[in-house]
Amino acid sequence: MKKTLHRFTLSVNGQEHSCEVEARLLLSDFLRHELGLTGTHVGCEHGVCGACTILFDGQAVRSCLMFAVQARGHEITTVEGLAAHQDRLHPLQQAFWEAHGLQCGFCTPGILMTLIPFLAENPSPTEAEIREAISGNLCRCTGYQSIVEAVELAAERSEKS
Amino acid sequence: MKPAPFDYLKPATLEEALAIKAQLGEDAKVLAGGQSLIPTMNYRLVQPAALIDLNELSELDHIHVDGEGNLRIGAMTRQRRVEFDSTVKKVAPLLHETLPFVAHPQIRNRGTIGGSLVHADPASELPVIALATGVRCRAKSIHTERWIPAEDFFMGMFMTALQPEEILVEISLPAMLSRTGWSFMEVSRRKGDYAMMGVATMVSLDGEGRCAEGGLVYLNAGDGPVKAKRAADVLKGEKYSEALVEKSAWEASRKEIDPFGSVHASIDYQRHLAYVLTKRALERAFERAQASDI
Repeated sequence: MKKTLHRFTLSVNGQEHSCEVEARLLLSDFLRHELGLTGTHVGCEHGVCGACTILFDGQAVRSCLMFAVQARGHEITTVEGLAAHQDRLHPLQQAFWEAHGLQCGFCTPGILMTLIPFLAENPSPTEAEIREAISGNLCRCTGYQSIVEAVELAAERSEKS
Repeated sequence: MKPAPFDYLKPATLEEALAIKAQLGEDAKVLAGGQSLIPTMNYRLVQPAALIDLNELSELDHIHVDGEGNLRIGAMTRQRRVEFDSTVKKVAPLLHETLPFVAHPQIRNRGTIGGSLVHADPASELPVIALATGVRCRAKSIHTERWIPAEDFFMGMFMTALQPEEILVEISLPAMLSRTGWSFMEVSRRKGDYAMMGVATMVSLDGEGRCAEGGLVYLNAGDGPVKAKRAADVLKGEKYSEALVEKSAWEASRKEIDPFGSVHASIDYQRHLAYVLTKRALERAFERAQASDI
């Protein structure tokens, strides 16, 4: 089969990109290899681990379960797009830092991107709701306890501000 | 790159999609939400020559109640949209109750109603709900159109009655009978994982509080969604009692379902789960039917 390239533009973290890719290129691989945005991690590549979670038009999705061509004309946000300034963390990232919500950090970008729309919809979640929200993200270091605490800290702070 | 090469086709209209399907038949797979298809392509278990991407076809993304009171949902409607839709909550409470059990929110943001039905995984929730609620599936090809009842739609593991040139475009759920209660329950090791066992039930009562219609459908209990007809017959004409639901649960869990077992749950354990879940689900459904004022 001859190699067909698809040419299109999409927006990633507010920046327009034109690209030319094969249809079978996964969105996760596109972000990492074509755009160099290696904050989106690739774990299982079949939709179980959640490490590759990004925002697609504002909603959390698995970027390993989409093709890059499907993002034509859509808006994507990756973990690199969270912090407004390079020298200042997003409040959710800051809370993860302070509450030790990460150890090796491999699952962290996916967990952050899962939590952004979750906290927007539910700004003061219960512990059970937090645990359910991150049930689609595997973390093999923390045992989740400190992640839950980080989310509680972030929610508490956003209530005050 | 993980998946094998394929031709990517993105029709602008359903008409165009049907023309492509007529031409390519089984060589072309329809790409709906991709939450089951893309993992199998990443494993190269499936290597379609072409994908027909329906994701931009807004004509297949809708939820409305038709003139006869049936709930109509377009095949490309995202599961997450259905989950939060107020019409669905009102007229199809069993579907509403079940959607949060379908994988994780990230999956439901992409996953579609039609995609899940056509995938026909015996462990998934939506085929069970289709059977329990009497869904009809509207299948179109370039020249034909037909409504397939859920009973005839699921033909076995990952198999449906769809012909190679057909695409599922819409489903229709009939309005619930009056004095009807419902319940969906499942047990999984982690929220969002494939359940080890699950059951959907609907119970309709007559004026005297006796069961007029009852239905019980199971997931992960055979090579498709499994309807327990004899267990439902046990309920007919009877009022709620603990002994009644125990008898029905025994019939379904011991005699009617045919679970395969896995490393996570032996066949005996799956039957045990089915027994306990059926009792609880029937109890909940009877309660809701008794409390219903319509």
